[in-house]
Amino acid sequence: MNKDFGALRRVRGLVAAAVLATAAAFATTVTQAQTPPNVLVVGQIAEPKSLDPQTVTAVNDFRILMNLYDGLVRYKDGALEVEPALAESWTISDDGLTYSFTLREGVAFHDGSPLNAEAVKFTFDRMLDENHPHHDTGPFPLSFFFSAIAAVEAKDARTVVFTLNEPYAPFLSNLAYPTGLIVSPAAVEQHGKDFGRNPSGTGAFRFAEWESNAKVVAVRNDDYWGGASSLEALVFRPITDANTRVAEMLSGGIDLMVEVPPDNVATFSEDAAYTVHEQAGPHVWFLILNAKEGPFADKRMRQAINYAIDKKSLVDNVLQGTAQVAAGPTPPAFSWAYNESLQPYPHDPEKAKALIKEAGFEGSKLTFYVTEGGSGMLDPVPMGTAIQADLAKVGLEVEIETYEWNTFLGKVNPGLEGKADMAEMAWMTNDPDTLPYLALRTDAFPDKGGFNSGYYSNPKVDELLEAARRSTDQAERAKLYQEMQVIVQDDAPWAFIANWKQNAVTSDRVSGFKLQPSFFLLLGGVSKS
Amino acid sequence: MGLYIFRRLLAAVPVLFGLTVIVFLIMAMIPGDPATAILGAFATPENVAKLNRELGLDRSLLEQYLIWIGNLLQGDFGRSYTLNRPVIDEVLERFGATLVLAGASMLLCSLFGLLGGIVSAVRQFGWADKAITLAVLIGLSMPSFWLGLLLILAFAVKWKLLPASGMFAIYGGGDLPDLLAHLILPAVTLAVVATGVIARLTRTAMLEVLRQDYIRTARAKGLDERRVIYRHAFKVALVSVIPVLGVQAGFVLGGAVYIETVFQWPGIGGMLVKAISTRDLLLVQGGVLVVAASYVLINLLADVVQHLLDPRLKT
Repeated sequence: MNKDFGALRRVRGLVAAAVLATAAAFATTVTQAQTPPNVLVVGQIAEPKSLDPQTVTAVNDFRILMNLYDGLVRYKDGALEVEPALAESWTISDDGLTYSFTLREGVAFHDGSPLNAEAVKFTFDRMLDENHPHHDTGPFPLSFFFSAIAAVEAKDARTVVFTLNEPYAPFLSNLAYPTGLIVSPAAVEQHGKDFGRNPSGTGAFRFAEWESNAKVVAVRNDDYWGGASSLEALVFRPITDANTRVAEMLSGGIDLMVEVPPDNVATFSEDAAYTVHEQAGPHVWFLILNAKEGPFADKRMRQAINYAIDKKSLVDNVLQGTAQVAAGPTPPAFSWAYNESLQPYPHDPEKAKALIKEAGFEGSKLTFYVTEGGSGMLDPVPMGTAIQADLAKVGLEVEIETYEWNTFLGKVNPGLEGKADMAEMAWMTNDPDTLPYLALRTDAFPDKGGFNSGYYSNPKVDELLEAARRSTDQAERAKLYQEMQVIVQDDAPWAFIANWKQNAVTSDRVSGFKLQPSFFLLLGGVSKS
Repeated sequence: MGLYIFRRLLAAVPVLFGLTVIVFLIMAMIPGDPATAILGAFATPENVAKLNRELGLDRSLLEQYLIWIGNLLQGDFGRSYTLNRPVIDEVLERFGATLVLAGASMLLCSLFGLLGGIVSAVRQFGWADKAITLAVLIGLSMPSFWLGLLLILAFAVKWKLLPASGMFAIYGGGDLPDLLAHLILPAVTLAVVATGVIARLTRTAMLEVLRQDYIRTARAKGLDERRVIYRHAFKVALVSVIPVLGVQAGFVLGGAVYIETVFQWPGIGGMLVKAISTRDLLLVQGGVLVVAASYVLINLLADVVQHLLDPRLKT
């Protein structure tokens, strides 16, 4: 058979043409990896839900919002204590029920309308008053942050007065949270439900463009009251896959990336072209122990678990140094309320075994709820199996049940009774009050609407937390929280495991960047060559 | 032929309708609800109940479904509560991006799959056949998301020839060359497996046809070999390959889910994954409906083409 077919020659021709076409496409694009100077491109972990600060709940959205809006107060640089922002000053009545703020003069929203007391009142009334004409622009899932507000009153253009229905110390700190950012009433009236895609605030950057699934662009606010940024624009790109985010960083497609996977931190820290930033935040990763029934109803067993788990190994090996060992229920990031004398439970399997023997639960079988992933959960499956192995070493047989995050919450939040002995959990909060108040009080049992899924109850802790919430004196609150931490650590309602260190990588073209303990991304002071 | 297409389209209506019921029921059955997903750690029963009321999720399932289907029949797909925008806007935008990606990779896998298969068959047991068979085998065995990451590492990170992710450049992009540059890596990745399948099938079909008597007759008549292969053999082999192309189109649409995640391609696959995990019911419904409808249409198209090519099927 003649094998030199003419047809094949033509096939070869076609293939060659295709290859050439591909090569031509390569050639046209060689120049494009670099991002322009003075424009900071940020690799985000997801598309924002909305840019309406009262309607969102995710840190991912907060990272954008904090650059577009201001609150009455904000956190000091590098701390979780409040300082003036849109409010120049404020006074608090002795009974802790009346907060009176004086607003900064001459501040305008990006749409040109003035920032005044009416705008502040509008922001909170829209969220809290179901009869407000613009309440339908919600829902406002985090409005309970401000459920202590009884009324907001605009005394004059620059004075706004909040009346609370009970003393509530975390109020100021909640005002610094994104849910308390002040929105332009004119823009809400104009755009209604679409305000979240046409935001207007007073922040260092003005919203310019949102191209779905590609980018959110904000440009410099030249009239910013805190001084104009040297950056011309910010571009937030949603890149959900962590490996792709790393690849974009390496190829120069983004200048700043957040939430670097532990596996990749070394790649960046060994390369002089990148800077790795780390900052411990108000986060705690723990195991809820079922104190109502079974082995963990015995305090010795709860302490035994804390001794048995090798937290240092979890933090160093599973989390590869992206977290630090937790000592108690309050993260050290709340430096003013943290009890420095607290030492983590040491890893001591022998002591754990002795306690288990004493309590009479040798060889117990335990059910352990593990999630596949979720907000702040870090690496929950490998962490769960490492904990299982640690507990096997002290003779406890742990059976893991793994659930997808929302299913997991649906099982854990209603309480562990009759289902499990322990469950993974993590919280990120903005005030030392939030987590213990919602998850460690007797009145926070699941059937009372709280998150105390392990049914821990200690009247002294209840009393301390109530008192801390009522006091408006920070030093006094600090003392109460510090005492609470000592008692809770000893009672061990949880196994205290880790405090997450947030990380980020910047390229060598970026300077002036710093991570905040609040986990917010503040970009006004950043510059880029 | 017109009647045939009409009947097929009509038959698709109950399929799509049934699908909406199934998707609705599955979404209702999986544990967790949108309010819990939105509130995360703050999902107290009180907060969940309040949010559910505001989202209209406190009504009965039947009521919710009837409201949805009623709105749908008036062309209203509803509003996504995770994205805070109309479902139809998001779905069409995302589906457009998926079509570009899937279309490009269908083009690639059809072209290279058919060519590879023909060369393999004509040169059976020759070096070209062996090389193509080996390449096909490697392509079929590689997990596509892994291949995608390798390609990003090579072309974007190491050689900086192509962008790593996205559909358009963030600055100064938006034209056709920009789109093509962003399209090459994901389209190639997505096409690799399908190319393998098509090449193997084409090779088998061609070999079968080339052994037929009429091909020998054609050659004996002294016909140009090019004519024998393309006019006589390939056209016949194509009849059995076309339905596979239709099925592969479905595979490419499905495979796009991984590839879209790896390359951050703003397509419908990534949207669906996220919508399911956040229990965004209306977005899931809208997305599934559009994907299913397009799958039905593509297979209809494949059948129509087959009818046109195969005289035995002509009525």
